[in-house]
Amino acid sequence: MSAQKRLTTLFSRYAVVIIFVIITLVAIPPSGLSIKYIVQEIITRLGRNSFLVLALLLPIYAGMGLNFGMTLGAMAGQIGLIFAVNYGIANWQGLVFALLVGLPIAVLLGWIAGLVMNRAKGREMVTGYILAFFINGIYQFFVMYMLGSVIPMRNRAIVLSRGYGIRNTLNLESVRQSLDNIVMLRVAGYSIPVVTFIIIALLCVFVVWFKKTKLGQDMRAVGQDMAVAEAAGIPVEKTRIVAIIISTVLACAGQIIFLQNMGNLATYNAHDQTGFFAVAAILVGGASVTHASIINVFVGVMLLHAMFVVSPLAGQNLFGSAMIGEYFRQFIGYGVIALSLVLYAWRTRRAASDARLGLQGPQNDSVKGNGGQA
Amino acid sequence: MRNLKTFIQDFGWPRIIIFFFLVGLFIMAPFVNVRLDASISDVLNRFGQNAIMVLAMVPMIQSGCGLNFGLALGLVSGLLGATLSLQFELHGMLGFLGAIALATPFSIIFGWFYAKLLNKVKGEEMTIAMYVGFSFIMFMCIMWLILPYSNPTMVWGYAGKGLRTTISVENYWLRILNDFLAIRIGQFFVFPTGLLLFVALFAFLMWLFLRTKTGTAMTAVGSNPDFARASGVDVDKMRTISIIISTFLGAVGIIVYEQSFGFIQLYTAPSPMVFPAVAAILIGGASINKASMVNVIVGTILFQGLLTMTPSVINSLLQTDMSEVIRIIVSNGMILYALTRKMKVSK
Repeated sequence: MSAQKRLTTLFSRYAVVIIFVIITLVAIPPSGLSIKYIVQEIITRLGRNSFLVLALLLPIYAGMGLNFGMTLGAMAGQIGLIFAVNYGIANWQGLVFALLVGLPIAVLLGWIAGLVMNRAKGREMVTGYILAFFINGIYQFFVMYMLGSVIPMRNRAIVLSRGYGIRNTLNLESVRQSLDNIVMLRVAGYSIPVVTFIIIALLCVFVVWFKKTKLGQDMRAVGQDMAVAEAAGIPVEKTRIVAIIISTVLACAGQIIFLQNMGNLATYNAHDQTGFFAVAAILVGGASVTHASIINVFVGVMLLHAMFVVSPLAGQNLFGSAMIGEYFRQFIGYGVIALSLVLYAWRTRRAASDARLGLQGPQNDSVKGNGGQA
Repeated sequence: MRNLKTFIQDFGWPRIIIFFFLVGLFIMAPFVNVRLDASISDVLNRFGQNAIMVLAMVPMIQSGCGLNFGLALGLVSGLLGATLSLQFELHGMLGFLGAIALATPFSIIFGWFYAKLLNKVKGEEMTIAMYVGFSFIMFMCIMWLILPYSNPTMVWGYAGKGLRTTISVENYWLRILNDFLAIRIGQFFVFPTGLLLFVALFAFLMWLFLRTKTGTAMTAVGSNPDFARASGVDVDKMRTISIIISTFLGAVGIIVYEQSFGFIQLYTAPSPMVFPAVAAILIGGASINKASMVNVIVGTILFQGLLTMTPSVINSLLQTDMSEVIRIIVSNGMILYALTRKMKVSK
């Protein structure tokens, strides 16, 4: 590989990160926000979002691409929270209860998602995306028509005045920041939710450990090449389903952490953007469809949210319209996903053509084949 | 019996269920005091309103680019044409055709770049198209705010700049196709002749195009790209043509929709319009790599019929509005079904 080629490869791998750092740095001065404020916001958002983003890792290892179907887990978590509020279980016990209710639902939904994705190999991402919409319909049906009519609700305050269905916004006052506030460390003027970060750290340890287990190794083998894994006696379909189930369960827990920090639940659309923000974050952090690490998650959450914090105010001050900043950040969010998918697809195609050239010429570059097929 | 079995297998259970569900709705309608003639008139109207956007799916499916989740690029071209036609104060049929003419160059340019991109990412088109579409809509949201439009019916009154979220076309080209040679029978039934003729014209042109040399080559690229390349067909060129046509039809489709609906909806409005178009063609029997005019017509009638009939019939039956939930489940369930089905055929 020539030096120039290496440079372009390097750039294409980290293009998204580089572009993002530049945009955010440029937007900080016009936003007029103090560095202290931005740092505090980023700490808060790290606690709020990291868990959700970490949920994306396993399917990437299993070669299933970015799990847009993680929204399913988020919906399970929301159902758990609705029941926690319904039974009036407050504080962190409420969160545990929500998790216990959400868990079986998340496992079931994850299993369904795994089955569906096994029927759409090579198209997991778009299928997961549509599956999230489909299950959203069932979620709406369940929450809007079943709760309060078929399934009795004890707390009438959260039920719509017509007698069934949950209100549009649910006040999570009873569990608000109950996880964050167990131990809130204040260092040099910054508030750090210690327990939340410990839980996130534990999840990181779990991911690292899991990669070393038999199942984790199988998963990576499946992600490298399904046919070879099958030949080696690894149950490919089952391994893929397990990856998605774990991801969905983690997303369920992640959404509960996210919502306890937010403090209220938009019953019918809190999960709409979950997959989008998580995927954008991990991509901004330098991950691709087949490669992701824990570092990508944290770098991504910090960069994405730094931009989310500064862009509305920067838009307001630069163009005299906060809407421009708002649209801009969504444009960047979607754009980042599109750009990283394009760069990834383009890279794999080029790697394939390089491999072909390598076979023709005397100098045989060892080019990694197309492992995952997102 | 065997024929019936293969027919059911080909056509697929979801479509058959949807079909009978719709028939059931029509049968039930009179019993719950929903006027049948008004309903049929509604369905025809909405069919015409949406058919061209559904038609826009055909070329890309045929050329192997999959479902055009990036239809938003076409829709935005159409919005540009429509707003420009209002800006230039074009009225009546001139305004409507002017909108299409003004949208054409945009759709060709956007389509060309879109094609360039999709040709670089073969096999990943659908996911990428979706996000390209979304980010483009967001980019245009910024543009609608800062482009120098000045027609007072379009811009915010107090600021004097930035387009409104919904713009009425009432004094320009409202229902210009719908009312053309429209046949009114009784108080509730109107047959939108002009609208349906316009749709028929485009469907016929597409049918004709698919039978030309270029059209056949395009289909060949879709069915087997390697074979097509071996027989001397320029694969990338065919895909580019199909994508540009699709984008153009998206532009025409939304202008037709607007003249019937009465409003130009800007900003994030185009994004929820893409999925119904995709769902409609799939309900009509298309798969990810094969689509025909019949799929377009049947699919649009079934899907729009469902959207028209469920609110009225189900609401009067159950006294609740479940139409939105049914719409979400049916349209996404259909796309999901198509995505998971092709696998069995191709491998």
